[in-house]
Amino acid sequence: MLHLAEGLRLPTNALDYTLLGIYFAVVLGIGFAARTSVKTSLDFFLSGRSLPAWITGLAFVAANLGATEILGMAANGAQYGAYTVHWYWIGAVPAMVFLGLVMMPFYYGSKVRSVPEFLLHRFGPSSHLLSSIIFAVSAVLIAGVNLYALAIVLEALLGWPEWVAIVVAGFFVLAYITLGGLSSAIYTEVLQFFVILAALIPLTIVGLKRVGGWDGMSDKLTGDHGNAFMTAWEGTGIGSDNPLGANWLTIVLGLGFVMSFGYWTTNFAEVQRALSAKNLSAARRTPLIAAFPKILIPAVVVVPGLIALVMEPALGKPGSGLDYNHAIPVLMRDLLPNGVLGIAVTGLLAAFMAGMAANISSFNTVFTNDIWAAYLKKDKPDAYYVRTARVVTVVGVLIGMGTAFIASSFSNIMNYLQTLFSFFNVPLFVVFIIGMFWKRTTPAAGFWGLLSGTVAAMINYFWFYKQGVIDIPSDQGANFVSSIVAFVVGAVVMLVVTLVTRPKPADQLAGLVYGTVSPGLEEPPAKGDDAWYRKPALLGWGAIILAAVCYIPFSF
Amino acid sequence: MSDNSTPQHGTTEATAAERMAKEVEELERRSETAARLFDVRRIIGGLFVVYGVIVTLAGVFASDADLKKAQDININLWTGLAMLVLGIVFLVWLRLSPTIPPPSATDEEQPKENGTG
Repeated sequence: MLHLAEGLRLPTNALDYTLLGIYFAVVLGIGFAARTSVKTSLDFFLSGRSLPAWITGLAFVAANLGATEILGMAANGAQYGAYTVHWYWIGAVPAMVFLGLVMMPFYYGSKVRSVPEFLLHRFGPSSHLLSSIIFAVSAVLIAGVNLYALAIVLEALLGWPEWVAIVVAGFFVLAYITLGGLSSAIYTEVLQFFVILAALIPLTIVGLKRVGGWDGMSDKLTGDHGNAFMTAWEGTGIGSDNPLGANWLTIVLGLGFVMSFGYWTTNFAEVQRALSAKNLSAARRTPLIAAFPKILIPAVVVVPGLIALVMEPALGKPGSGLDYNHAIPVLMRDLLPNGVLGIAVTGLLAAFMAGMAANISSFNTVFTNDIWAAYLKKDKPDAYYVRTARVVTVVGVLIGMGTAFIASSFSNIMNYLQTLFSFFNVPLFVVFIIGMFWKRTTPAAGFWGLLSGTVAAMINYFWFYKQGVIDIPSDQGANFVSSIVAFVVGAVVMLVVTLVTRPKPADQLAGLVYGTVSPGLEEPPAKGDDAWYRKPALLGWGAIILAAVCYIPFSF
Repeated sequence: MSDNSTPQHGTTEATAAERMAKEVEELERRSETAARLFDVRRIIGGLFVVYGVIVTLAGVFASDADLKKAQDININLWTGLAMLVLGIVFLVWLRLSPTIPPPSATDEEQPKENGTG
């Protein structure tokens, strides 16, 4: 994972720490202030389904813009070059638009409180329990991975011992989520979104000046790494060689369709933000509003990765002591004076905490709502579940902290965990997409599709790829292929099982399957939602067109 | 939770889905978030005004070493001013279109002045 060299220590001073301290105080203040608004479990889990679209939309993109994502995508920029834009323009935007335009009416309209709860209604308890447990376990362990990543970055950049970083960050996340529930998680994410931009934009501007502007950087990289490095598609023909280890087919199908749709449309840490919106229109607009910043983020994340490669050509080379994940820290160290440096440190720390908080706030919802209340302690008064959720939050953060401590002794376990969890979303997506569009799909098919897809992806990755049975040039390429395998196996198993088992009666599927509307669950459109700039179709197709236009300069 | 005993047509599973939807509706009615949650624009505006002032001052008193490090751009000054403007925009937006707490079923109306700041 991230092994940061001693030489990355940032020249922080009292000014920078003041800015950091102010942020921590504000975050804690948000927790206390949001506390008074938590009366029911719906307030704690979904902010009472009452937030406006611009807030849930920014939280939707910010929940994804964790620090591991920022450092990782800058690293991909330095390692693979302009290919990295695929993770944004084809690997995110179409899926976000699909979620908003096609899937959100089912999620929001059926009034489910979580993604697994939708499975309960569509398929029944077995797939519900399976996906709830997988999600709860992976969310809490990923929170731990995040915390560990934070600890090693802070150790290198600020010289904090790992345990101090784990305890401090863990404590703040624990405090504000236990107090305010999802509302404080979402508010903190919106705040973090602006702070991280206030750090990355100056970093990019100063960096570009340093390397002679866009043209200077582009000429240098093309000279050193070949023409394809600054293009998105060159060298991606099937059978040809490129640093990404993937061809256009695996990029479009594996990354653009299967992996991205799996992550964006069924990962509850994301979907939860949209479910907290105040009405169906706002819920549909949540991922669509998020798509626009998502399109532009590579300009301040991938570009710094490229700049870092020009400034430190040894980046990622063995023996240099710097790996690709150091791209942004190197720029912070070399280019930012105290003041903006403090903003950058704050932004990075905020992004780590927000990434962790997104996992914890979705974990406490799924555990309390879909496991505890559904199977263990049914039909208690609502206040009981609010208390349970608070206890579960504390326990979840403590497990996350424990995971981070374990990881600090066995760091390569973390890589496996992350890869492992990346396989859970894809089978879930298969089950959703087939279950939503094919009315006959049976409850048994949901369960077996989920299980077989997950197992297939793991067999492909850990056995076929890792043991060298099939030859794929890189881990990224292998991820794409594993996802496609999970999708195909899950789909075939669902098809076969459906044909031999009994479907749910049609009258139980109202509002859960495409082409049906649940009686009495439609909402009248709110006043003002018919304005042209609030039309979901316009926002969605606008985002798709903008993403396509962004490809043009990188395609020829 | 209270009104879920009314029997519905169809089998038990259909009632389970409908019952849960009813439960959410009931919780939505009792929810306090819309009425009581403060407006995030106040927090963003406040934090960015404070950050903007601090960072702008760091830019005004920038040392030669600071300027040299940032490639002769007074990056603190520009970033600080930009943050200050963003903070003010959020506060002005809040003033121009304040949150109106919806009429709550369980509470008396919140005083309207609460939202205008």
